[in-house]
Amino acid sequence: MAERTPEDRIPTVIADDLHIVYRVNGAKTGKGSATAALSRILKRGDERGVRKVHAVRGVSFVAYRGEAIGLIGSNGSGKSTLLRAIAGLLPAESGKVYTDGQPSLLGVNAALMNDLTGERNVILGGLAMGMSREQIKERYQEIVDFSGINEKGDFITLPMRTYSSGMAARLRFSIAAAKDHDVLMIDEALATGDRKFQKRSEERIRELRKQAGTVFLVSHNNKSIRDTCDRVLWLERGELRMDGPTDEVIKEYEKFTGK
Amino acid sequence: MTAPASPDEGLTATELAAKYGLSVSGARPSLVEYVRQLWDRRHFILAFSRAKLTAQYSQAKLGQLWQVVTPLLNAAVYFFIFGVILEADRGMEREVYIPFLVTGVFVFTFTQSSVMAGVRAISGNLGLVRALHFPRASLPVSFALQQLQQLLFSMIVLFAVTVAFGSYPDLSWVLILPALALQFCFNTGLALIMARAGAKTPDLAQLMPFVMRTWMYASGVMYSIPIMLADKPQWIADVLQWNPAAIYMDLIRFALIDDYGSEWLPDHVWAVAGGWALLFAVGGFVYFWKAEERYGRG
Repeated sequence: MAERTPEDRIPTVIADDLHIVYRVNGAKTGKGSATAALSRILKRGDERGVRKVHAVRGVSFVAYRGEAIGLIGSNGSGKSTLLRAIAGLLPAESGKVYTDGQPSLLGVNAALMNDLTGERNVILGGLAMGMSREQIKERYQEIVDFSGINEKGDFITLPMRTYSSGMAARLRFSIAAAKDHDVLMIDEALATGDRKFQKRSEERIRELRKQAGTVFLVSHNNKSIRDTCDRVLWLERGELRMDGPTDEVIKEYEKFTGK
Repeated sequence: MTAPASPDEGLTATELAAKYGLSVSGARPSLVEYVRQLWDRRHFILAFSRAKLTAQYSQAKLGQLWQVVTPLLNAAVYFFIFGVILEADRGMEREVYIPFLVTGVFVFTFTQSSVMAGVRAISGNLGLVRALHFPRASLPVSFALQQLQQLLFSMIVLFAVTVAFGSYPDLSWVLILPALALQFCFNTGLALIMARAGAKTPDLAQLMPFVMRTWMYASGVMYSIPIMLADKPQWIADVLQWNPAAIYMDLIRFALIDDYGSEWLPDHVWAVAGGWALLFAVGGFVYFWKAEERYGRG
């Protein structure tokens, strides 16, 4: 990582002793029957029948402008949860996250509707990400061309449910990647589709990274973390196990996972 | 991280954030700012409501025709049961009763479905809430708007029924517009309240159908409150007639049906209609906004 003089180190994201707790209704005991639910309600206690999952436990770090930070850790270690919390999408149980501007998660899947045509989904997804109608009109052709949906005929005017899973994933990525972000967060496995599209989307992620102030990348692929990140946070069971330059952390992580 | 000694060393997170002008992520904006953000998202709100409406029937062969056919079938069922089998008139002429009934059903359904959509607006869209930034009020407002568009299709059928029973379009039909506008404000406010309640307690989705059915029977959808309660104390009828659902139904009936004159309406009907709309729209919006930073919690 290039040495920066202290004056250059402008913080963009500060996490201060962050805790995230999920509450799951009706999962307190293994019994899912109605009588079990009733007895839970009748039992005394302030939160009956609610099971708490402590997903992130006291994570603190400071991210600076121009950094690309990888998040690694085994499945269920709290990586995606941490990203959502930084983006302000998941309220914290305690602790705080301070950010410069609005961090955004790359991904728009949740706003799209399978019963609508690809065309309308491009518009809906763009609006959901906060783009204006003019911006979408400007980018529309670019998005469709990038997705390559129309390479095999006029598919963009068909409902998304008729697409193959690869095609749908390509369109989703193309919509999500159409917007520029200050603080960008990328969750793993975004570069989907065939080899050709993977290359194209990796390139687009690099472009987005250049425009963004700070990038967070969640991935299980150590190679892509090595390629793109200069700093790595290693989460395990919701705790920050290590925070440092990519090579050091990945070496320790590989030792831990026994590779 | 082996950071070089910097002037920021030793600052707490809060001080560091303050120094560089960082703000708390996911904090609730001020009410004015919130209204502004919501206004900025107006295109999304409209597009989302229209998308939901279209997606509803996109697998059907008749497609969007169902928007009109569904209310038409509804009206046909009510006509068949009440008009043909029961020959009910509940103290009204039949030319009045059938349009009276259909208006009541359609207008009440507008409120009912707004409430039901409101309950699930946040809890049923957690994926969206946890993936993208937008003022969360966009969702309940969007669902209420979807119901309004649905109602406009029903209005086509309603006009046909009204004309079929001898009430022809005249100047009083214009009154539908302010009446529906007020009802929409009321419904949106109610949807916002239900959205916050439903986000905290998803069980409401199971409970609300019963509450709504009780409300429907108490609001005089299928009977006229003053006729049914003629031998009861006046105040009971007054209370029932001033309830928002009954008020908006009565206003539309008054506007549409020739022989449903002002003698059927409670006193101060427009003032009460406006009062309910204002109270719920403003109150519901503020109530929803107060929990803005908590929506989407696991």
